[in-house]
Amino acid sequence: MTMTGTMTQTASRAALTLCGADLLADPSGALLWPAESILAVADLHLEKGSAFAARGRMLPPYDTRATLDRLADLIAMARPARVLCLGDSFHDRRAAERMDPADVERLRGLTAAVADWVWISGNHDPEPPQGLGGRVVAELSLGPLTFRHEAQPGAVGELSGHLHPAAAVALAGRRVRERCFAHDGAKLILPAFGSFTGGLNVLDAAFDGLLAPGFEVLMTARGRVYRFPCDRLSPDRAR
Amino acid sequence: MDAPSPALIPPNVAAWFRSRGWAPHPHQVAMVEAAERGESALLIAPTGGGKTLAGFLPSLIELAERPREGLHTLYISPLKALAVDIQRNLEQPIAEMRLPIRAETRTGDTPEAKRKRQRTHPPHMLMTTPESLALLLSYTDADRLFRNLRCVIIDELHALAGTKRGDLLALGLARLSRLAPAARRVGLSATVAEPERLLAWLSRRGRYDGTPADDVRLVLGRSGAQAEVEILTSQERVPWAGHMAMHAMKEIYERVRRQRTTLLFVNTRAQAELVFQALWRVNDDNLPIALHHGSLAVEQRRKVEGAMARGELRAVVATSSLDLGIDWAAVDLVVQIGAPKGSSRLVQRIGRANHRLDEPSRALLVPANRFEVLECRAALEAVHDHTLDGEAPRPGGLDVLAQHLLGMACAAPFLPDELYEEVVSAAPYAAMTRDEFDDVLDFVATGGYALGAYDRFQRLKLREDGRMAVAGPAVARQYRMNVGTITQEALLRVRLNRGPVLGEVEEYFIQGLTPGDTFLFAGQLLKFLGVREMEAQVAKGGTGDPKVPAYAGGRLPLTTHLAERVRAMLADPRQWDGLPEDVQEWLRLQRYRSVLPNRDGLLVETFPKAGKRFLVAYAFEGRNAHQTLGMLLTRRMERFGLGPLGFVATDYVLAVWSLRSPQDMGTDMDALFDQDMLGDDLEAWMDESSMLRRTFRNVALIAGVIDRRHPGQEKTGRQVTFSSDLIYDVLRKHDPGHVLLRATRADAAGGLTDIRRLSDFLARVRGRITHKDLDRISPLAVPVILEIGRERVEGSATDELLAAAEAELLAEAMPELATPKAASSKRAEPQQGRLIL
Repeated sequence: MTMTGTMTQTASRAALTLCGADLLADPSGALLWPAESILAVADLHLEKGSAFAARGRMLPPYDTRATLDRLADLIAMARPARVLCLGDSFHDRRAAERMDPADVERLRGLTAAVADWVWISGNHDPEPPQGLGGRVVAELSLGPLTFRHEAQPGAVGELSGHLHPAAAVALAGRRVRERCFAHDGAKLILPAFGSFTGGLNVLDAAFDGLLAPGFEVLMTARGRVYRFPCDRLSPDRAR
Repeated sequence: MDAPSPALIPPNVAAWFRSRGWAPHPHQVAMVEAAERGESALLIAPTGGGKTLAGFLPSLIELAERPREGLHTLYISPLKALAVDIQRNLEQPIAEMRLPIRAETRTGDTPEAKRKRQRTHPPHMLMTTPESLALLLSYTDADRLFRNLRCVIIDELHALAGTKRGDLLALGLARLSRLAPAARRVGLSATVAEPERLLAWLSRRGRYDGTPADDVRLVLGRSGAQAEVEILTSQERVPWAGHMAMHAMKEIYERVRRQRTTLLFVNTRAQAELVFQALWRVNDDNLPIALHHGSLAVEQRRKVEGAMARGELRAVVATSSLDLGIDWAAVDLVVQIGAPKGSSRLVQRIGRANHRLDEPSRALLVPANRFEVLECRAALEAVHDHTLDGEAPRPGGLDVLAQHLLGMACAAPFLPDELYEEVVSAAPYAAMTRDEFDDVLDFVATGGYALGAYDRFQRLKLREDGRMAVAGPAVARQYRMNVGTITQEALLRVRLNRGPVLGEVEEYFIQGLTPGDTFLFAGQLLKFLGVREMEAQVAKGGTGDPKVPAYAGGRLPLTTHLAERVRAMLADPRQWDGLPEDVQEWLRLQRYRSVLPNRDGLLVETFPKAGKRFLVAYAFEGRNAHQTLGMLLTRRMERFGLGPLGFVATDYVLAVWSLRSPQDMGTDMDALFDQDMLGDDLEAWMDESSMLRRTFRNVALIAGVIDRRHPGQEKTGRQVTFSSDLIYDVLRKHDPGHVLLRATRADAAGGLTDIRRLSDFLARVRGRITHKDLDRISPLAVPVILEIGRERVEGSATDELLAAAEAELLAEAMPELATPKAASSKRAEPQQGRLIL
């Protein structure tokens, strides 16, 4: 595959290498693999708002639209040959039924405009809906890298989502907490991309045994990516 | 004292008064008289005038003469503790007069079994809070419980009216009036500037336009002797800046020594900690001096209150945690450290000194800096002139109404037409249009989004008979878990070495600490060890400069009324007599080197300093309005190419520094301060502002879009924080007219952004700006310039902070590439409003 001109290193992106593959962390929370013209995003959680509404919490119904807007902007800019959605793209099995028709059309347009659109299945969407374009796989391996929803302990060259990593740093008596990429050189966990997806602190027990000690985070904040070693981070709650 | 009318006060009650050596006060008789005629009444009296008894007396008489079962009188207080206190105080007369009356409290702390029993076998008198009332009204048996209610007493009405809790209560009263049309309303209030507003609030006719309410009788308690207020004239020089009045501690201590009991009021909890420490440093006689503020553990506070009531303490350093309610033994002197910020507040605080009406209260004001000298003087004159701060009533919150509508649906299916009539009979909602009401109702029912996507998930369903009903029991459960309008920062308990709990601090403050950091709390220097089991673990001692708890809130801005007085005083040298000599000299120098700010216009000074250009605006509109002005002004200066670098706001002035001065760029002051900054710039800033985000979070919580965090719930399973910021961002972009955003903007217009006040100010100074271009700093500008570096500018520039931290790490790793550290005093917002994913 040819390298796309717009998948280049910029001041706002951060470069990293995973098992020999040169990757770029975009401040939007998307990961770019220029050599393969791949754009990867995790945990879109489309229709999370309406899932809450069904349970009586009337969150705004615009999260799908907002997420697709951001994804469309990214695709228009990076022009990837392949888009990988790393699971939990839909908040639940009935998400597509609840989606506004305009959003459905929008998503169909997006999947049709990319040469290869891949839905990797996740725990929220073990069977991503049909009829929206793209193909469904459980996981995908390309060269040294494997893309899947949930990280597996000990896996090497693995990119996953699922955990919604976020990191917090205490600075001069104050605290900043944002979504982040987390990686240890062998595996990488992507931040959640969806508009209504919160973050789980990378120091939480849920990350235990997945990342090697001394891992690094790439924190996304206000259009930039900031790098911090794990020993600089602060937990949300002590364990 | 007038002899009470025998017809009004029955013999056994009169006998009880005599047995105590009392005679009923005229205002107590007047309250009985109003009750006899079935009239509602507002009693305005200073603390200690037998106000509470006056409120209850008619009910005691009624129940003594015509004993009956069922709920007769409902008493509502803003404080749980006050409800408990009042219930205890009533036990005595009830027991001594052998009245067939059962009085009980009901708050969030009341055990479930007792709460159940209270609904089936209600006491005659129930003491509760606005939140507990809202809950009671949402039960399907509310009608039965309240049907025979005769009287509702609202204590500390001045502290409730005009707040969201007051809105909720007003809506609750409207419902009560429907359930029990015969019930009288009784308001008890401290002295206020405009009783008409409280009368209107109490009225059942729902008018808020200043026309006097004719269905509520105004009863005035005898006002006490004129208070003796003095300003401390320190032997030390009055400091240029700062808020702690450390220069005067020795002199304050001397005053404490000379009195039996002194109450020392400060404005913030951080101040309380520092002043307490400083007093103990000079406490050579080991006088029992205690500390009392809202973050301390309840047991600790109760201990202090108990010791105070028993007369065991010589002094207590306190914040507004002692502003309300609870009576205790005589206080000889009230000391206000730092400027009082408002004359009503000062009067209420002075009222805590001496609860014997015939003796004057004594108070000492201790200004902490030079501007505060002026402010204290203005406050003292206001007390003498009996002028108080009046705040225009604001319309009731839409978020509160949303909560109420859901609660009413939980009680029983309602007809929207009828409920609308009921709602507009509550004063805060009197001006609400039917369209607005329908918007809120639509929000409650389906979310009210323009997209209309949630029709199938409605929480309220329209029945065939035209009534709206809750869609299912889950909706009611959700409502009951989230009732109330008090939103606060998440708190963490502070525990000493796995020993006793010292109190609670805002979670974000703890999150900004790293183990080993020290801070002042509960009157001692503590070392932070870490967070364990949801508690901050600390040890005593530690070294280095303490980080004083930077608690949220607690800082009220200077009121408009006091600001006017300060401006008038500055402009008129004849009023300077009696000010400390160094302050007078300061003002004379200002007149000589620049000019004095005039009374109605605006003085703007510009001068160079340390390679930067400074602009100082003497606006006197309070910290919040200045903060907003600073944000807007720097935006505009950016556009004009002035290169603004930062600003600092105090209660009195705003200082901005930039690379170039306005005149370098041919910008005149009228253009810089033009009112149109409240247009697009304001919109743009508000959208990003952390204050708006915080406001939105509170609105979303009250309106029931996000759940409250209940203690113990956080740790269930894998938790992902879900910030209300995410909702805010999406909503603002896709549904900018949504009712939640309207409610947020309305809140922001007052409150932290104080846009309303800023707007009045810009209109007032239009065409009246005096610009003085100086070659160096003016005397009047010194205090604000000293504040730079001391004050943090709340802003959204997190990126700078992150860049600085990253650069620091890079420099550590690769010293040869080290870049200069970016200085930043910006502060990051804590994430709030979590949901379990």
